[in-house]
Amino acid sequence: MAERAFTSESFYLYAGEKKLMGTRCQKCGKISCPPRPICIHCQSDKVEWVELKGKGKIAAFSVIPYGPMPFVKEGYGRDNPHCSGIIELEEGPKVAAQILGVDVKHPENIKIGTPVVVDFTERGSWHYIEDVYKVRKVYPVFKVG
Amino acid sequence: MTPRKRKLGRGVAMVGAGMSRFGVHQNLTTRDLFVEAYQDMLKSVERGINPKDIEALYLGNAAAEVWEAQGSNAAMMAAATGLTPVPAVAIEAACASSGVALREGIIGIASGIYDVVLVGGTERMNTMPTDWNTLALASFSDSLYEGAAGFSFPALYASIATAYMHKYGVHHDEFLKGAIKNHVNGALNPKAHFKQTIKELMEARIARCKQRGEPVPTWQSEMEFLHDPKANPIVAYPNTLYDCCPVSDGAACVLLVAEDIAKNYASHPIYIVGSGHATGHNLADRESLTTIPATKAAAKEAYEMAGVTPNDIKIAEVHDCFTIAEVLAIGDLGFFKEGKEAAAAAGEGKTALNGVKPINTSGGLKCKGHPVGASGVAQAVEVFEQMLGHAGARQVKKDVNLALTHNVGAHGTNVAVHIFERRG
Repeated sequence: MAERAFTSESFYLYAGEKKLMGTRCQKCGKISCPPRPICIHCQSDKVEWVELKGKGKIAAFSVIPYGPMPFVKEGYGRDNPHCSGIIELEEGPKVAAQILGVDVKHPENIKIGTPVVVDFTERGSWHYIEDVYKVRKVYPVFKVG
Repeated sequence: MTPRKRKLGRGVAMVGAGMSRFGVHQNLTTRDLFVEAYQDMLKSVERGINPKDIEALYLGNAAAEVWEAQGSNAAMMAAATGLTPVPAVAIEAACASSGVALREGIIGIASGIYDVVLVGGTERMNTMPTDWNTLALASFSDSLYEGAAGFSFPALYASIATAYMHKYGVHHDEFLKGAIKNHVNGALNPKAHFKQTIKELMEARIARCKQRGEPVPTWQSEMEFLHDPKANPIVAYPNTLYDCCPVSDGAACVLLVAEDIAKNYASHPIYIVGSGHATGHNLADRESLTTIPATKAAAKEAYEMAGVTPNDIKIAEVHDCFTIAEVLAIGDLGFFKEGKEAAAAAGEGKTALNGVKPINTSGGLKCKGHPVGASGVAQAVEVFEQMLGHAGARQVKKDVNLALTHNVGAHGTNVAVHIFERRG
């Protein structure tokens, strides 16, 4: 099987297979998630795919009553806000993702450092240029517990 | 490899500065606003300027293509000001568009190619429904991954705020005190989007309730008003409405000339002695979530070029698109220690007009307004006025011979820092 290119399309194809994939730099060992063809730490282009365990903790978050359009279309909004944040993965890299299973009605109770695990969710059209991101239907999200 | 210290090929001075009124201007286009700023700038040149002397235009604009369905903005603004056929270029760096345009204009003169350039910035943002505006602003972040993760633009800074509060044990009220301070300054700025303090806004609301026979709120202080979700709702937790700058329409421009001809235009040219510019990663790829690395990198370049330290700077206009952004800025620029000290600075009066380090004397983005592509140059307009003693009711009392501007694109992915000096 030909190796997938280190692109956004590949990241989302893997997400469709319920895999959280990143790239590991063969020179400095640092991991990027989502994948990058060039290492942001040492500029090497010798990178390889690595599957991440999908375990991490909340490093930062916000509870959002006015979100992007696909979230609005899913029913999120002022009376049903969603939480998004930065997750620090066990393997080192941080990723931006929606966080599920937190008390969005009382955001002051959401604690940085809370352990989370990856899950995958289907999501509707992003916006009017969705054709650019045709394969982007399944997205990684993180759940508490 | 250590990067060599950069220096300007020759000296550059600012001899004129002007801006339009900032605010909601639904009857004015980007072009109208830019002409207003340009004419204001022409009046500010002490010894006068013949527009025929202007050799080039550098224009900051973030997204007129989205907000007005108008591209080709550099040529449009050159034509609107009668400067055609001068070369004109539009620079996009999100909310740092005109801070970066200032940098490029400086390089244009320092290189020896031009002697006189116009640097401007313009943005008209009140043209679309809220969800489209949310999309337009979110496009300044990493739309591909941060947008897809559900972040609105205010939510990115809100996330930084949660990390800051957690790491340093800082209360959100400390951030709100920065908004109170910036409204006190902006209320004294006739060009500001809001010309009222938060106390005045609160009192106006109480008066309105009385007039309409509605239940009268019992707020005893600005902080009680800001804690009331009916008056100050959450935009993206923990960012409330009053943590956020407004959506503004406006323009600003400055006139730059080569140092050797500066006195032809002004008895006290404002010399630009330091310029720094750097880019940064999106939020997840940063080592620390409580600092903007691009601010530190741009500041280092500017301080080294100018040969000054943070202590030498008398006043600064910093990028306070959200209250947490000012706290980050005054830490990353070296004015206060990152953490409790930076977070407490506004509440302790240290950054007030009469404080040890006045920050955002104009009212900042929070109160003066934030037409994104215009903000970087509008900061330079404020330091021009303060350094010449022309700032009216908000004039800082001490001698402002050295000032700094700090303009951030998006959530820290593109930052410009400039240092200005008045000699004698």
